[in-house]
Amino acid sequence: MKPSPFSYYAPKTLDDAIAALAAVAPHDGRVIAGGQSLVAAMALRLAQPAHLVDINAVAGLDSLEIRDGELCIGACVRHTAFEHPVVDGPLGAFLTTVVHHIAHRPIRTRGTFCGSIVNADPASEWCLVAATLGAKMVARSTRGTRTIAEPGFVEGIMTTVLAPDELLIEVRLPLLSAGTRCGFNEFSRRAGDFAIAMSVATYRIEGGVIVEPRVGVGAVESRARRIPEAEAALRGQVPADEAFAIAADAAAHAVTPIEEKPELAEYKREVVRAVVKRALAAAETIR
Amino acid sequence: MSHETDIVLTVNGGDYAVRVEPRRTLADTLRDQCGLTGTNSGCEHGICGSCTVIIDDEPVRACLMFAVQAQGKQIRTVEGLAQGDKLHPLQRAFIDHHALQCGFCTPGFLMLAASVLEREPEIGDDDLRVALSANLCRCTGYKNIIKAVRVARSVMQSQKAER
Repeated sequence: MKPSPFSYYAPKTLDDAIAALAAVAPHDGRVIAGGQSLVAAMALRLAQPAHLVDINAVAGLDSLEIRDGELCIGACVRHTAFEHPVVDGPLGAFLTTVVHHIAHRPIRTRGTFCGSIVNADPASEWCLVAATLGAKMVARSTRGTRTIAEPGFVEGIMTTVLAPDELLIEVRLPLLSAGTRCGFNEFSRRAGDFAIAMSVATYRIEGGVIVEPRVGVGAVESRARRIPEAEAALRGQVPADEAFAIAADAAAHAVTPIEEKPELAEYKREVVRAVVKRALAAAETIR
Repeated sequence: MSHETDIVLTVNGGDYAVRVEPRRTLADTLRDQCGLTGTNSGCEHGICGSCTVIIDDEPVRACLMFAVQAQGKQIRTVEGLAQGDKLHPLQRAFIDHHALQCGFCTPGFLMLAASVLEREPEIGDDDLRVALSANLCRCTGYKNIIKAVRVARSVMQSQKAER
């Protein structure tokens, strides 16, 4: 199908973009960046915005820089930017591992990191990374700028706390210290498909045992989130298969899959068990 | 504005002045207004890859981009692959190795493969399979598509070595 008619604006500056969004937001206006989810939804008429504010030409939104111990990712930074480490240390290597699981390359050349975050698909890899590492989202409108930490940004399936007139201008990820181990695992039926379940695991080793464990699970509940039960099972343990299996088991029990059929929910729990265990094991290898 | 606007698209090195509504996708514009019907529209929502074109050296789904967004960019379509009567090594290999059956997915696969081999001429077999998994062939002729792209990879490598 073809998208419904809309008015189109292509501002060149952030101020103009914010002003344009403020003007059209009350009248079903939306932002378009990479468009790799939005245009597909428009083609299917699932989305029929009356106005689109295209931020691709806005100067400065493609910036990717390190400030105050954080990787600051501008609104128009494409997924492909992460195909090679964008920063030395574990975070850059980790993001490179994750990016190859996002759709296919012709999608990654257009789709943006921040777009994935605002789209808030439960199966978004970047939403899982943001939830697990504790990202900060910087939103701007004509009313001002505010920073919203995750958890607290994504509310549920494709829903965030952003107001219609707010533009997500930047996402900030905390840099990971040199010794941090990070793992990622995703299960899907075909390369590039939406995940059936996926997990991010990070931790450090002190005195031979796990400290500061973080375990996140995505594509299972209405939004990606950390699983405190799995993290508790890891804290103070020797990083080995036995501890990973106990943590994976804890995660499988802790999640509430959004599946209507009980047998599918049970299946999802089993996949959670597998991806958490694999993410923890993978963390031994990605440095 | 939702009314039609005049834009210029640069496709295969030539300029095309067209008048489009903002909602007009690049795929439809290439086909209907530029007369470049080599780019096929399959699913029209980014799944099949039949409309893959190369924009500023990167593969892009032409159904997930509006024509108004492609102004000022270098667009390449399947019509630009051959040099006059001389087929591109990928086109030659697709014919020689029976990499097309109905042919609908072929332009998309050719442009996808061209983008892959231009960016990574020495790409390994496993990575090549993953890269080509971006597009769908409803005849399921994947084995021969992969075979043809491997052959083209070798041909393009030796052409590069000769130069």
